[in-house]
Amino acid sequence: MKYIYMDNAATTRLDERVLEAMKPYFFDTYAVATSEFAYSMGIEAREALEKAREIIAKKLNASSSEIIFTSDFTESSNLAIQGVIRALQNKKGKHMVTSTIEDFPVINTFKALEKQGYEVTYVPVDSSGVVNLDELRKSIKEETVLVSIQHANQEIGTIQNIDEIAEICEEKNVIFHSDATHTFMRVPIDVSRTHVDLLTISAHTIHGPRGIAALYIREGTPVKKIMYGGYQEKDLRPGVENIPGAVGFAKAVDLVTSEENEYIRNLRDILIERFLKEVPETVLNGHRIQRIPQNANITFRFVEGESITLHLDFHGIAVSTGSACFSKSLEASHVILGIGGDHERAHGSVRFTLSRFNTLEEVERVIEATSEIVSRLRKISPLGKK
Amino acid sequence: MKFPYNEVILEHFRNPKNVGKIDNPDGKSVEGSPACGDMVAVYIKVDSGTKVITDVKFESYGCASNIATGSIITEMAKGKTIEEAKKISWKQASEALGGLPPVKVHCSVLAVEGLREAIRDYEERHGLITKKEPTTRDVIIKRLRHVMNPLTGLDVVRTKLISDVSVNDGTATIKIALCDDHPYANAIKDDVIERIERLWDINKVEVIFEGEDGNGCR
Repeated sequence: MKYIYMDNAATTRLDERVLEAMKPYFFDTYAVATSEFAYSMGIEAREALEKAREIIAKKLNASSSEIIFTSDFTESSNLAIQGVIRALQNKKGKHMVTSTIEDFPVINTFKALEKQGYEVTYVPVDSSGVVNLDELRKSIKEETVLVSIQHANQEIGTIQNIDEIAEICEEKNVIFHSDATHTFMRVPIDVSRTHVDLLTISAHTIHGPRGIAALYIREGTPVKKIMYGGYQEKDLRPGVENIPGAVGFAKAVDLVTSEENEYIRNLRDILIERFLKEVPETVLNGHRIQRIPQNANITFRFVEGESITLHLDFHGIAVSTGSACFSKSLEASHVILGIGGDHERAHGSVRFTLSRFNTLEEVERVIEATSEIVSRLRKISPLGKK
Repeated sequence: MKFPYNEVILEHFRNPKNVGKIDNPDGKSVEGSPACGDMVAVYIKVDSGTKVITDVKFESYGCASNIATGSIITEMAKGKTIEEAKKISWKQASEALGGLPPVKVHCSVLAVEGLREAIRDYEERHGLITKKEPTTRDVIIKRLRHVMNPLTGLDVVRTKLISDVSVNDGTATIKIALCDDHPYANAIKDDVIERIERLWDINKVEVIFEGEDGNGCR
């Protein structure tokens, strides 16, 4: 039986066409990107890197010079936040604003900065995961250096009102970073319309390779490097250029179509609707409409998530859960707690994330297997009995 | 395919033994761990003459190791006297399961405690416990031996994570040799509070993270 992978928010399977596009840059044109006065293989490598940059920039309606390649979305978010702080040190203030449900690269960077004496305001979200804009507006002070609010959530898929957030930041003259790891190529974003100053994007969520991501930096945004080395990437991100990675990233970008996103959204809707209808005592986590197409997150009450995921694995199905038992820190998902859920809601939450490789047949098998497992586990649970 | 769980654990997880509820049990308990959210209920039937556990069942709102430990511990307890069953340790349960991953110890300890508490409930209901013991530093340390350090799967007392314990006028103060930004700080804190605050003469539990050398954390 074919293994069913529905943990595509963690990472996606590489598309073969991406691998084919990358191969020449491992075996034929494998040089680093040299200046135009050096050897020809290096010049070709540079051309490939710049072409990839241009393809990615175009999708955001940005200019190529505004895209910096990094190793991962973690690095992009670190460079955005720490880079701005370094650039503005002692010029403006020591206050920053973020939300309570950001992904770890953002939230843990802020936690580390708090230890260094910075002040961070964590703006709450409503029960569907949408950032409260009034609270956001109120939290921005004279000394605020940066606002970092994700475009969409990694666990519950809720999309933020990024246009309004960008407007608030522009109006208050504060730099705005957004982590778009889970929206890039899935939800349109045009930086000529949306005044975001920094945007984290990644290849690993769109069937591109791992180890390559990017940071969009709007022209003129003050950012200083956080690593030191050989001046690559406009001296903002020194290091040997990952040219096969960049080429693969661009190819992955090229392959995503709006039809594909519709296809994924349809499968996702079937998952959500059937679970809510067919399995009693289920709750959808996140916003029903304002939601990325690939995400369904359901709490099955009275049962524990790790038990569900382990049973699903016996059925050859890979998903993820917000249960504390599953997390590296043994803590319940901060996202589920952030939307006002209790530990119990996190305990039985299961995240299904789809990709272009999932099929309707797989979705049906997942629904059947999950329903059966949940009813079996409920039989041995001390809760929820009448 | 290599899981952190061995085949014995997986089998007890897939097909747990003694699952369910006993109507009119002689003793019962519900143990919960806010550190991971797991919960386990244990029911026992005891022969009033021989004090032998004639039937035992459990229910679990927990992860795989919680379910597997519930299954093995009820198997081990059945047919033993309450005195014998009380002595079944987490270590014995874990050995019977062929070893549990360290990070999962706290979910499995819950099932072991569930059995002990069900026996205690039986004893209390049948007038076998007469006087309440006042909480001392030693009582707290004994309880803290059930709080696991998730890094090692060993308890926090043994791994020297507890730097100081004091009891004063109903307030228990526990100092921990970690900083509050340690990945397991919150999980350990919740577990400590949960285990100490239910002591009958304790009304407040303070957990202080003071770092390795006791000089605080920066």
